Amino acid sequence: MSLSTILMTVFSTTLIYAAPLIFTALGGTFSERSGIVNVGLEGMMIVGAFASTVFNLTFGIVLGNATPWLSLLVGGLFGLIFSILHAAATITYRANHIISGTVLNLMAPALCVFLTRIFYSGKGQTPVINQSMGTFTFPGLAEIPFIGKVLFTKTSLIAYVAVVVGCVSWFFLYRTNIGLRLRSVGENPAAADTLGIDVAKYRYLGVLLAGAFGGIGGAVMAQSITLNFSASTISGQGFMALAAMIFGKWNPLGATGAAIFFGLAQSLPIIGGYIPVLAQMDPVWFQIAPYAITIVVLVIFLGKAVAPAADGQNYIKGK
Amino acid sequence: MEKYVVQMKGITKKFGSYKANDNISLELKKGEILALLGENGAGKSTLMGMLSGLLKPTSGTILLDGKAVEMENPREAKNLGIGMVHQHFMLVPAFSVLENIILGDEPLKAGRIDYKKAAAEITRLAKKYHLEIDLNAKVRDITVGMQQRVEIMKAIYRQANVFIFDEPTAALTPQEIEQLMKILRALAAEGKAIIFITHKLKEIKAVADRCVVIRMGKMIATVVVAETKEEALAEMMVGHKVNLAVDKKETKQDETIFKVEHLSVESHGQLKIKDLDLKVHTGEIVGVAGVDGNGQSELIAAITGLQKIKSGTITLNDKQIQRQSTRKISAVGIGCIPEDRQNVGLILPLTIAENLVLKSYYKSPISKKGFLNYKKINEDGRATIKKFDIRSQSEKEPVAALSGGNQQKVIVAREISAHPELLIAANPTRGVDIGAIEYIHEKIIEQRNEGRGVLLVSFELEEILKLSDRVVVMHEGQIVGEIDPRNTSSEELGLLMAGKKLAE
Repeated sequence: MSLSTILMTVFSTTLIYAAPLIFTALGGTFSERSGIVNVGLEGMMIVGAFASTVFNLTFGIVLGNATPWLSLLVGGLFGLIFSILHAAATITYRANHIISGTVLNLMAPALCVFLTRIFYSGKGQTPVINQSMGTFTFPGLAEIPFIGKVLFTKTSLIAYVAVVVGCVSWFFLYRTNIGLRLRSVGENPAAADTLGIDVAKYRYLGVLLAGAFGGIGGAVMAQSITLNFSASTISGQGFMALAAMIFGKWNPLGATGAAIFFGLAQSLPIIGGYIPVLAQMDPVWFQIAPYAITIVVLVIFLGKAVAPAADGQNYIKGK
Repeated sequence: MEKYVVQMKGITKKFGSYKANDNISLELKKGEILALLGENGAGKSTLMGMLSGLLKPTSGTILLDGKAVEMENPREAKNLGIGMVHQHFMLVPAFSVLENIILGDEPLKAGRIDYKKAAAEITRLAKKYHLEIDLNAKVRDITVGMQQRVEIMKAIYRQANVFIFDEPTAALTPQEIEQLMKILRALAAEGKAIIFITHKLKEIKAVADRCVVIRMGKMIATVVVAETKEEALAEMMVGHKVNLAVDKKETKQDETIFKVEHLSVESHGQLKIKDLDLKVHTGEIVGVAGVDGNGQSELIAAITGLQKIKSGTITLNDKQIQRQSTRKISAVGIGCIPEDRQNVGLILPLTIAENLVLKSYYKSPISKKGFLNYKKINEDGRATIKKFDIRSQSEKEPVAALSGGNQQKVIVAREISAHPELLIAANPTRGVDIGAIEYIHEKIIEQRNEGRGVLLVSFELEEILKLSDRVVVMHEGQIVGEIDPRNTSSEELGLLMAGKKLAE
């Protein structure tokens, strides 16, 4: 294989695995910027993956090529609905954020596998979808020598969309007044309250955005990687996204970059086979790698990263 | 007839059956500075809470510009031109000064915040009111004084006409207080009306036109400040005659009782105390002045054995006590009234009697073969409560239920009852009302008069100058100067504290 082919493979595989993480990490960023810790991203991804797969299987014949893209929106919608549980528990009823998030993570796989069994004649997994997200070659850009082949040929369109969404998210958080207010309730809700900012409203916004983005992330996973839904469709990606968010210092651009790094880590088992030196190694190591890297990154960066000041703190008016 | 900007008429606020405010009335004119004087818990904050829309009065009316208003929330009060400068700043440390000011009222241009327009507007206002602020700095990096100016600018930016300042000088240095007074005068000169909540009489004399005194929820008097003496104000606030002077006897100060030599302390990899020397003689109060964070806390922690020292010696009565356990250090004769009374000085859920034996519970007769003698603990507790005038229902009441002043008395009682050779008092009267301040000062002087040594660390310069026989100034972990409190003003002391040398 030529160098450019190897690089193309590495790059596109990385992006395919990075896309779900980018969306989910952005979701986590919105939630935690508003002050609500979100360990429930995994659960939100599961719901998104399940809802999108069911939608795809049901409407694929009618909608044709557009199906996977519409499935993403459906995944996002159900992720958003599911996240209302977390928002209500933490913001309205002032529950502990970690416990509420854990409840989502325990509930989502049980609920979705249960529904899968009901919908698909007792099987623990859905059939494979017909309309999946394939690779994409950018017309025109792909003609650029070398770079065109590495970056723009047979690559993941949704990952490029995700990077654009990351930039838009940054603009939203750091350049608009809604973004400023959302961040203020995550830093000092009492101060925001004295200025007439509705703390609960902006925190709901943060969590529901996390639900929508986590749902989309899960949907991307199902539509472009696993191509069906089962209990193992989402296996720790929610936590990797959480790690990417921390690694990226709760900043949408940082989270996007970190998610791409974790995408690379996750694509190792596949890439490993193509790279001569790595092909000799036992593939088990590559399968462990993404999780090991997640832990190492968290250990190194969690202590140093500066989270939003009021992240994880419930706000009680008039205290 | 004069026009009033604010009129509060017959305001009563009940919490359950408890009347926090009982039929209070006050008026505020354009361009006037009105002081609201009262002890902690007198009902000042409740009254201002109603003016700023946080609380609703049980009865009575509030008129703004002659019109009766009912405010449901702080937002409405803000829209009516009432600006509050909180005692605990309501700022976002991670945001820039500019972001903090515009938060909630951001000018927009095509969907994004128009930072340029906001900065221009605020710069204009800052010039007009002589408020020096750095718009691009992060709030976490600026001084307390500037944080306060940011709070003031927040109110100006929202076009407030009435400014409420809640204990604004509590955290400021003397220079910053002087600057704040100038700002208050400038605001008043621009026709803004100002309510200034405080319990410091000097500041009222310096800046206020009239003063409303409240005590235990009732209005005592409204007086013209220029025609009223400080002593009279204090008496109205407390309800009885207050002795602001202290009674210091001549004592023999010929023997060194306590000595710190070449002390260095490291904390979090930073040298917090650098080669420091300090002496306390018998019958002497040594005041340690300095801006918060210049090594005072580390000095106390090092002496009491709470923090490891890097090098140097600490000597009490010719015995070296450095690198000993805290219990041993306390047993050889060092008592400490810590600066953080709720977290370090007391165990809040425990009873008064239990807190009083925290230093002696392991010794006979409190402890008998490993069992606590509760009969003795409670008996002693009752006696101490009586002796030190701790206002409480019984010795079995948890200290958490006591007022700040009475909590502090519990600590003072415990430390003094152990008859220490050296008493360390760190901000012993912070957040304590004037009656308790008087009492605690008396007790500290009593220690001195009996020939013991006292090390007084305080951010209240008045307190240091009043009590100390000798004052040393701490700056960046070193003693940078020593002054005689009898012929030094708090202004001069303030300059030293800021690290400047006094002009010869």
